Amino acid sequence: MTDATADRPAAAAPRPARSQWWDVWRQFKTHRGALVGAAIFLVIVAGVVVGPWLWTYSPGFIDIRARNQGPSLMHPLGTDQLGRDMLARTMAGGKVSVAVGVTAMLLSISLGTAIGVLAGYFRRLDNPLMRVTDLFLALPLLPLLLVMVTLFRESLSGRFGPEAGTFILIVGAIGATSWMQAARIVRSAVLAVKEQEFVLAAHSIGTRRRRIIFRHILPNVLSPIMVSATLGIASAIITESALSFLGLGFPPDFPTWGRLLYDAVDYLQQYPERVLWPGLAISLTVLSVNYVGDGLRDAMDPRIRGR
Amino acid sequence: MTTDALDRPAAAVAAAARSATLVVVEDLALHFPVYQGLLRRQVGSVRAVDGLTFDIRRGETLGLVGESGCGKSTTGRALLRLYKPTGGRIAFDGRDIATLEGEALRAMRPRMQMIFQDPQASLNPRMTVGAIVEEPLIEHGVLRQAGRRERVRELLDAVGLNPEYVNRYPHEFSGGQRQRIGIARALALDPDFIVCDEPIAALDVSIQAQVVNLLQDLQRKLGLTYLFISHDLSMVRYIATRVAVMYLGRMMELAEVHDLFRAPKHPYTRALLSAVPVPDPKVEATRQRILLKGDIPSPVNPPSGCRFRTRCPWAAEVCAKEEPEWRTLADGRKVACHFAE
Repeated sequence: MTDATADRPAAAAPRPARSQWWDVWRQFKTHRGALVGAAIFLVIVAGVVVGPWLWTYSPGFIDIRARNQGPSLMHPLGTDQLGRDMLARTMAGGKVSVAVGVTAMLLSISLGTAIGVLAGYFRRLDNPLMRVTDLFLALPLLPLLLVMVTLFRESLSGRFGPEAGTFILIVGAIGATSWMQAARIVRSAVLAVKEQEFVLAAHSIGTRRRRIIFRHILPNVLSPIMVSATLGIASAIITESALSFLGLGFPPDFPTWGRLLYDAVDYLQQYPERVLWPGLAISLTVLSVNYVGDGLRDAMDPRIRGR
Repeated sequence: MTTDALDRPAAAVAAAARSATLVVVEDLALHFPVYQGLLRRQVGSVRAVDGLTFDIRRGETLGLVGESGCGKSTTGRALLRLYKPTGGRIAFDGRDIATLEGEALRAMRPRMQMIFQDPQASLNPRMTVGAIVEEPLIEHGVLRQAGRRERVRELLDAVGLNPEYVNRYPHEFSGGQRQRIGIARALALDPDFIVCDEPIAALDVSIQAQVVNLLQDLQRKLGLTYLFISHDLSMVRYIATRVAVMYLGRMMELAEVHDLFRAPKHPYTRALLSAVPVPDPKVEATRQRILLKGDIPSPVNPPSGCRFRTRCPWAAEVCAKEEPEWRTLADGRKVACHFAE
């Protein structure tokens, strides 16, 4: 509020509508945790995208004589049991894990939000959609994923190549099995918002349903969506790790954070630092994304903005 | 519902409506079904509004009073077709809107608008004031962008807000200012008829006067017709031309404001009016109050005959047997009581 009044010129010239995204950014800047989180997340993303060009060591290169080494100048994060460079593997694994996490989260949040809004807003759809949600919640996930992978792996690999095919399969599988929480949360938020008087007011103006949903309901259920989105990235990364561990995900020689972690578990007693790097990377990503989500949620709420 | 509507001489009603009356309501009913049990079977219905017949004249303010839960707001919302009536007709400027749907109804919306009770809840907290007031203009495709901006500024100016505030959010305003934003939104499409649903109930007394005066000014300038829903009888006395009294989903009395306040005919109106405090302490000390006993009966299962009989001090045997007719007295007032004359 102080910001809004301070920059207002004394002259009463008609001002252009102030850009909402600029306001959001200004508020976001004031949230220190979110800024730090955004910085860390950017560093991680930059590291996994640009890193492999700077650190040109191949993640798959086996140097059996240099196996199980600790950190050194040659291998800053050491090497694994086959003498592969851990830094290169962490970066290569991060690319896959972050991509899977973000894409699967986007998929499951869009699916969950769509189903939640439809169920909450249209009374007729509520019961069928929520029963479908219950059904998905009741399904045992791992057998389901197993079936999906065995059914679709060949055809997807054939069509998009083994890596892209597996990526699509895993993202699809995670997205399709993790939207239920978001759908339930969004539905209950929509149920509360749609009974508010401003929705009735929009209705009395003659606002079309689509616009009521996009203009009045969705912005007001943004907070729970944001929260489940940021948590979704974390659980997607972890689910991907579990799938890789079970041999359902990417091929065994293909590094992801989850696979690095599980590979390192066998050597936990001898070389505990090898668990540390992928574990740290996963935790930092999840934590930073959570903080960014927290900051974004606050920044998008005009009632909190400017305080 | 449809047979009842068709039986009436609709053409005659429509012709009359075009002259002096803007809204004609006949036998309006709105029942909300009550579901119970495992199978969600309908076990009854809340008769929120049950057979209202009245009209609203062009340019007047019809006050609608009654205690909480008697169906005032439901009536107002049904008139604007925010709810679908269970039965009856609503002729707006000669056109029956009770059964309109979809685009045909949407095309009528600009002519009838609403001002809400809670100015906080009726404004979307995530939209700027400019966007809120502009929304009706966008929805009905009036004006281009530059013209809309200009119109929004005009509207804000008309309701006594600084047009520079277009980029602010509702939470940055006081209650009275927020109510002005709501009024500006209602005026955006140049309506003929505005339902004011307790527009001042959530405001401070000093602000109430400002808002009521603003409403009156706008009525004079723009030739608006109001349905003014309130439980504040003194405010209704000040602003209304005629007053309708509701009890348990039915109308008890409808009269010119002077007649009603001077000599109420229905026992319920009398009881209501006797509850209004008088500013003179001497009169106030000796004022006779009619205290009603008991609670309002449930609208799911209203009493037989006259709905007010369970609490009426003058109830007789006939009241339990026969439902009093909604009749017009010699001086043109309407009342639903066996004994009123």
